[in-house]
Amino acid sequence: MVSTNEYVPHAAGYVDNKGPKIVTSRFPHEDSHTLVRALATGGYDGLKDAIRRTPADVAGEVKNAVLLGRGGAGFPAGIKWGFMPPVWPRYLVVNGDESEPGTYKDRLLMERDPHQLIEGCVIACYALGLNQCFLYVRGEMAVAQERIAQALNDAYAAGYVGKNILGTDVSIDVVLHWGAGAYIVGEETALIESLEGNRGMPRLKPPFFPAAKGLYMKPTIVNNVETLANLPWLMVNGADKFKTYGSEKSPGTRMLAISGHVNRPGVYEVEQGVVTFRDLFYGEQYCQGIKDGNELKAFVPGGGSAPWFFEDQLDVPIEASEVGPQGSMLGSGAIMVMDETTDIVKACLRLVRFYARESCGKCTPCREGTAWEEKVLQRILDGHGRPEDLDLLLEIGQSISPGVYPVAGFKGEDLDPVPFPPKQTTICPLGPSSVAPITSAVRRFRSEFEALIPETVVLENLS
Amino acid sequence: MSRLNTANETLAKEIIARYPRPKSALIPLLHLAQEQDGYVADDAMLHLAELVGVEPAEVLGTCTFYEMFKREPVGKYILNICTNLSCQLTGGEELLHHAEKTLGIRPGDISDDGLFTIEDVECIAACTEAPCMQVNYRYEYRLSTDDFDQVISDIRAGKRKDLPEHGTLGLVRQHIPADRLAGIESPEEAGTPDWFASRQPAPDESGKA
Repeated sequence: MVSTNEYVPHAAGYVDNKGPKIVTSRFPHEDSHTLVRALATGGYDGLKDAIRRTPADVAGEVKNAVLLGRGGAGFPAGIKWGFMPPVWPRYLVVNGDESEPGTYKDRLLMERDPHQLIEGCVIACYALGLNQCFLYVRGEMAVAQERIAQALNDAYAAGYVGKNILGTDVSIDVVLHWGAGAYIVGEETALIESLEGNRGMPRLKPPFFPAAKGLYMKPTIVNNVETLANLPWLMVNGADKFKTYGSEKSPGTRMLAISGHVNRPGVYEVEQGVVTFRDLFYGEQYCQGIKDGNELKAFVPGGGSAPWFFEDQLDVPIEASEVGPQGSMLGSGAIMVMDETTDIVKACLRLVRFYARESCGKCTPCREGTAWEEKVLQRILDGHGRPEDLDLLLEIGQSISPGVYPVAGFKGEDLDPVPFPPKQTTICPLGPSSVAPITSAVRRFRSEFEALIPETVVLENLS
Repeated sequence: MSRLNTANETLAKEIIARYPRPKSALIPLLHLAQEQDGYVADDAMLHLAELVGVEPAEVLGTCTFYEMFKREPVGKYILNICTNLSCQLTGGEELLHHAEKTLGIRPGDISDDGLFTIEDVECIAACTEAPCMQVNYRYEYRLSTDDFDQVISDIRAGKRKDLPEHGTLGLVRQHIPADRLAGIESPEEAGTPDWFASRQPAPDESGKA
């Protein structure tokens, strides 16, 4: 066991910050991924508890706990579950396609504690009255797939999954599915398309809300890995205890990955709504300050799709209901810190390029718009920008996401925040996400873009 | 190159049986084809179309959407170097340029010795460990250019037995013994599980469930 407030060597990036542990309690053990370790530390006790109760009772416990989805949208899992019409068959699909820029938490949960996730899946299946669960793991995560495959094989053999679970009549299959590299598949309807063997393109909602028409057009719940990983603890300890952690609106903990220009980047399990961004960046038990003693320039509070925050927002608590009105989102718990040395135009281009590369091509505003955003930013960076390019960038953004785009406030210029989320002319939020870095960077650092754009020289007397 | 060999065809059928509809197995089966040949061969796609009962064009359509599937041979080791924001801030682009110079290739190319292909990839979920790289989808964290050179020389010297050749994804597979399977049915045939029906609360006097 590692007992210091330090990196845990076998769980790359994870820092045990001595706070409450709901999903990372086994991480300090080097063999945390094995059935032996799981069983020695209360593994599958939550399932035993659940199966003694009625499915409705288990679902009620999850609803009472106000377990907000940990994938990005932050919708309460218990309420999402309640949207399922009384139609069978129905399916549970686990979203393990973690690929939002800056996000590193689900992979840790899958590699370090696959049994906790599997137990969470079976508890959810039991509560929802369904017997088929598909665990969609991102293709690039070979070790996570190996660990889950081994854990499933062990759990099937030991009677925690499969036919007659724990000797009862309850029978549930959990199938490991492999992705193959496509960010868009993290969107729930695209995930379902992909799981049907198709190109991973999102479906229009309505009518294709997964809870009503999902996998094979049957009711389907798509839950994030971290969301389900909370369930074993929740079953053993109950909703009331769960609510003693975090804030009233956002109980429990979040896994946060803080990367970029900080002294100790890492993945921390943090109580929601209790600590602020300032605590995280400068606190001794967290990131221990900005790299090289530099000044903070900007930070991304919730993954590449989130509008940027600045020093004005440092005291905002880490909680979806606080971050949203301030003009961004907590998203997938991915915080990226940029110090004063950061080339803002390059950083903006890199994020935009991500969306241009990952656009699935289904909706025209996104397919064409993200590509043009990238081209225009690239030519600005290359020194070939035109005076009208900044307005052009914002205009392209308008055709993907019309209206005033969410941005953080800026006291210095008396700018008020525009609350999240943005509007969209597209089926899914990928295209509108590409507008976030542009709007954030151009509004705050316009001069850095302008400095790269050469002055127009009118040539006369060419003859 | 080739269709699936007998052992892989058996494996393919086992994978297909885990899904309510055969086409759902397509991505895992494309991985299987890639594991066999190092890339997804045209004949293998024809074979997969037969196995899951769809048109070959549908297999091609799915295959071409996902960037892990290579339709031509690649190096024995794919080096995925991340240049997304967290890695960019900590030297990912410099690492990519170093790799290009050292191996004398651009992203997508194969090195002369056939060992390496480099790719400029998007976020691979190791942002706190930036800059990072995957070698055949296994991680190298906080990689300096010296560390990169060490990885390359170790692979050339045959010291990295932990790395499977390109195509092999997980070294462990899920296997559900027949007597442990709860039962996979097609969506048309499956209904409410008996165990769930028997665990419903009795209707109360107002007639509500």
